Formats: sequence, structure tokens, C-alpha cells
Amino acid sequence: MTSEKPTGQSDEPGVGNAAAGQAGRADIITVRDFNFFYGKKQALQDIHLDIPERQVTAFIGPSGCGKTTLLRNFNRMNELIVGVRYTGDITLAGRSIFDPALEVISLRRIVGMVFQKSNPFPKSIYENIVYGLRIAGVRDRARLDEAVERSLRGAALWDEAKDRLHESALGLSGGQMQRLCIARAIANRPKVLLMDEPCSALDPIATMRIEELINELKKEFTIVIVTHNMQQASRCSDFTGFFYLGSLIEFDQTRKIFTNPREKRTEDYITGRFG
Amino acid sequence: MDNPLTHAGNFFEEGSIESTKMLGRSFGNRVLTILCVVLSLFALVPLVSILYLVIKNGAPLLSWSIFTELPPAGGMTGGGFGNAIVGTLAMVGMGLALSAPPAIMAAIYICEYHPGGRLAAAVRFVAKLLTGIPSIVCGVFAFAVVVMATGGFSAFAGGVALAVLMLPTILLTSEQALLGVQNAYREASYGLGATRFQTIFRIVLPDALPAIMTGVMLAVARAAGETAPLVFTALFSQFWVNSIMEPTASLAVLIYNFSSMPFDYQIRMAWTGALVLVFLVTLTNVTAQLVFSRKHQ
Repeated sequence: MTSEKPTGQSDEPGVGNAAAGQAGRADIITVRDFNFFYGKKQALQDIHLDIPERQVTAFIGPSGCGKTTLLRNFNRMNELIVGVRYTGDITLAGRSIFDPALEVISLRRIVGMVFQKSNPFPKSIYENIVYGLRIAGVRDRARLDEAVERSLRGAALWDEAKDRLHESALGLSGGQMQRLCIARAIANRPKVLLMDEPCSALDPIATMRIEELINELKKEFTIVIVTHNMQQASRCSDFTGFFYLGSLIEFDQTRKIFTNPREKRTEDYITGRFG
Repeated sequence: MDNPLTHAGNFFEEGSIESTKMLGRSFGNRVLTILCVVLSLFALVPLVSILYLVIKNGAPLLSWSIFTELPPAGGMTGGGFGNAIVGTLAMVGMGLALSAPPAIMAAIYICEYHPGGRLAAAVRFVAKLLTGIPSIVCGVFAFAVVVMATGGFSAFAGGVALAVLMLPTILLTSEQALLGVQNAYREASYGLGATRFQTIFRIVLPDALPAIMTGVMLAVARAAGETAPLVFTALFSQFWVNSIMEPTASLAVLIYNFSSMPFDYQIRMAWTGALVLVFLVTLTNVTAQLVFSRKHQ
């Protein structure tokens, strides 16, 4: 598990970079020889991974395995932490996300993010959603209104929120707040939506609604979701990557990972033998 | 202390050690509660008696002319201290204008730009030192830097002295206010493609504003009552303010001057000055709290 590439990326058609084009599967994010360090501590080792477009990719693995770290590299959120460095490369639609000519603020508009704990701003529902547009300089009222309705519908929150758009977002329930955060992210019309354990603070009903939503959203967006909940990964993802101690142990179609994993460690983890 | 089961069994027996201990403990609990109530009432004594004395001695001379007329000369009666009220407002305002922007910007730098940096650590350390500096030292400093340089006592020098006094308070309370803003808000903002500037001015500052304003108001309230920095800088004046480069009256110095005069009327006027000062400070605090706590919701 040091430098060899994760298994399960070759023979199955449609899985693995080599077969990607042939099977009609386009990869939107590619990760190559990626290492990541917090100070002296190495958090990711030689990650090699392709994320298919308009599919749901789940990252699973025990705490501290690096799955969230990798996710937060896709929109360079890790740069907010002092003393981090990386080697290798990550590309988005063929272009390196670390390209100095690419502004990180544009990257984050293309790669949106939903956080573990829902974090609506202490503003109205409306202002939360248009935040991304306002900071990009959109002032046209009609465009903002249109974005609010489109995003709330997209996040399955329109019916519940349409009569209280100008009330504080902090009055929503936990599940509604998380859907508001999804609405806020998709208001920017991103290509990729990163979700960092989006349901870990929600009850089962709210979790189910978010999972249904993920299923809807993948028609338009590429979704990468980090989850501790294996049932969730098996329910709502098309591809699953299993991480352990900073390495990507196995990456394959979710169906295969959960029924016939190639690696013993993957099997041990998903059957609950450790983790 | 040996077998926990036997120990638990004893618990319910009448007259066991545990039940006597419990009685003793709830007795101790009562005594402490009563002690706390009594002592907190005791703490109110100076507060209430100050208010009582200030109102009792200051209210009789209150009249419209107190606010509109100039102070009487020693031994004379009548008149007011309108110029001192204007002077206090002007110098506190000047102090605020000179100290709040750099103090808040410094707090933003410390919290949002380089929290772990050496400059941030140095600024924080110096600010903490400055809060402990006696106000008279601020006065002497402004005397040396402004009065000596400009050739005379002035409202401007007074404003500078008050600014030096207010700066560390505003800086440190603003820092605490910014630290109190949830990091999740910053992450959400950056995650939506905001720059650091946008994140600070659209998300962090609005959220921290009520707490920052509380710090500013504390600083204003303290500065308004300071006498020592003004004695060295603005001195006093019997006349209305013409220019910020002239000696200027203030409520604090008026109270100080008049209370040490051998004339009954002036002493009573000093009490009235104290009452007006207390009222102004309370008014600022209450207004700020009303305005900013409502805005926050």
C-alpha cells in the first residue's frame, strides 16, 4: 500500500482510466501520484484516481484515512490551513487545478462544497443562496430571483422555503439547513459537488431526503461524497473508493466493492471487521 | 471502599455514614448560596450609592441653561457648562475616529490574515501591555508629542490622548469578537468562491459587529470619564470651542476643577456635571446595545 496503484482499475469495462474513453465514461477529475502533507505528517500517499463525470463517487474508510483530505484538495480548501504541501497533480476537465493561472476562487465556483455540519450564514434564505452570485458581482434582481428558485427546486427545498425566503436561514430544521447549503452550492452552477459527510448530523428521515436528492443531482453534477456510513455509500453511489492510512486501497464500481471486493482489507472494512 | 456492591447496599441504611454526610453537604450548599446572595447585594452598595449621591446632589441645579450657557467664574452663580459637554463629545469623537479604524483593522489582520504570524503576536502583546498603562501616562505622552509640537493645549491633543487610551481596548475586544465568529462561516464563504476580502467584509465582520461595538462603547464610556489625559492636553476653557487647536473644556476636567473650588455653587455644579456625564455614558451604552442587538437578529 505504498506506491503501487490501487487494484481494480483495469479489466472491468468502464472502470479505470485506460478503459474510460472506450466505455463512454468521461472522467472529470484525475488524480496522479498525489501526496499531501500537513507539516511533516503525510496524509495522502501516491493517490491515483479517476472520478467519472455525472456519477456519484463515494469515499469510505476509517477516520483519519485521508478521504476528507483528498476531497478538500479538489477545491483547494486545504490551502486555508497553514503549513500544508503536496506533490503530484490533480486535473479538472484536463486542466491542473494547481495551475497558477487558474484562480482558486474560480476553481471553487466550479467545484462546490457541502460541509459536514450545515453552515448557512446568519442571513435570510434568499441571501444565503445568492451569496455566490453577489460576490461574483451579479446585481440583476431577476437573475438573482431566478437563481434562488432554480437552486431551491434543485435542492428539493422550494415548497418548504418559498413563503419564507426573507426569513433567517437559522430558523430552518437541520435537514432543511443542509439542503439549503446544497442549494447555495448549486446556485453557482458548479460542475462538481463535493460532500463531506453531509448527513452525519441528520436524522434518518432527513438523511433519506438528502440521498434522494443526491440521486437527482447526479443528472446534472458530478458528486463526490465522503461518508462514514457504508449503507449510504452502497445506496447512493456508483463508484466507491476505499481509503486506509492515507492510501487508496481499492476503487471500483460500488456494486463490485460491496459484493466482491478485490482486497482483503476492503472486505474486512465493509463487513465491519475493523474501522 | 472495598467491594462496591456492599458499599452501595450501605447507602440506603438509616443513619449510615452516607446519609449524615449528605445532610452536612446540603447544609454547606445552603450556607454558600446565602453567602453568594448577600455578597452580591453588598457589591451593589457602591453602585447604588454613587447613583443616589450623583442624582441627589446633581439634580437640583439641572436646568436648560446648564446645557446652553458658559461656566460662571469662581464665586459667581448661574450659567452652565454647555462648552464642556460639547468639548467632551468632540474629544471622545476625535479619539474614537483616530483609534477605532486602526484598532479594528489590526484586529482583522491578527485574526484573519496571519493569526500565527510574528507581527500578529507582537501587536497582540503590545496591545495587552497598553491596556495596563495608566491614563495619566497617555496624557503625558500626548503632551510630549502633540502639545509640545503644536505649541499649546488643544482639543486635538486631548483627542490623541483619548485615542491612545481607547486603542488597545478596541483592538483586544475586536479580536475576541472576530475569534467568536464560527469558522464554518468562513469555510462556507471560501467554498463558494469568495476572496478573503469578501469573506471578511460580507460574512465575518457583520457577524462580529455587535461584539465589536460593545468593545467600542466600553472604550468610549471609559474615555468620556477620563480626567488625567485631558488635564495635560486640552486643559480647560471658559469659552465655546472655536477650533480644535485651542484649549477646550470637558466634563471630566470641569468636575475636577469645580469640585476643588471653595465656592458652594461651583461644587454643586460639579455634581450636576457628574450627573450629566453618567447620563451621557449610560445613554451611549443603552443605544448601542439596542441598535446592534436588534440588527444582529
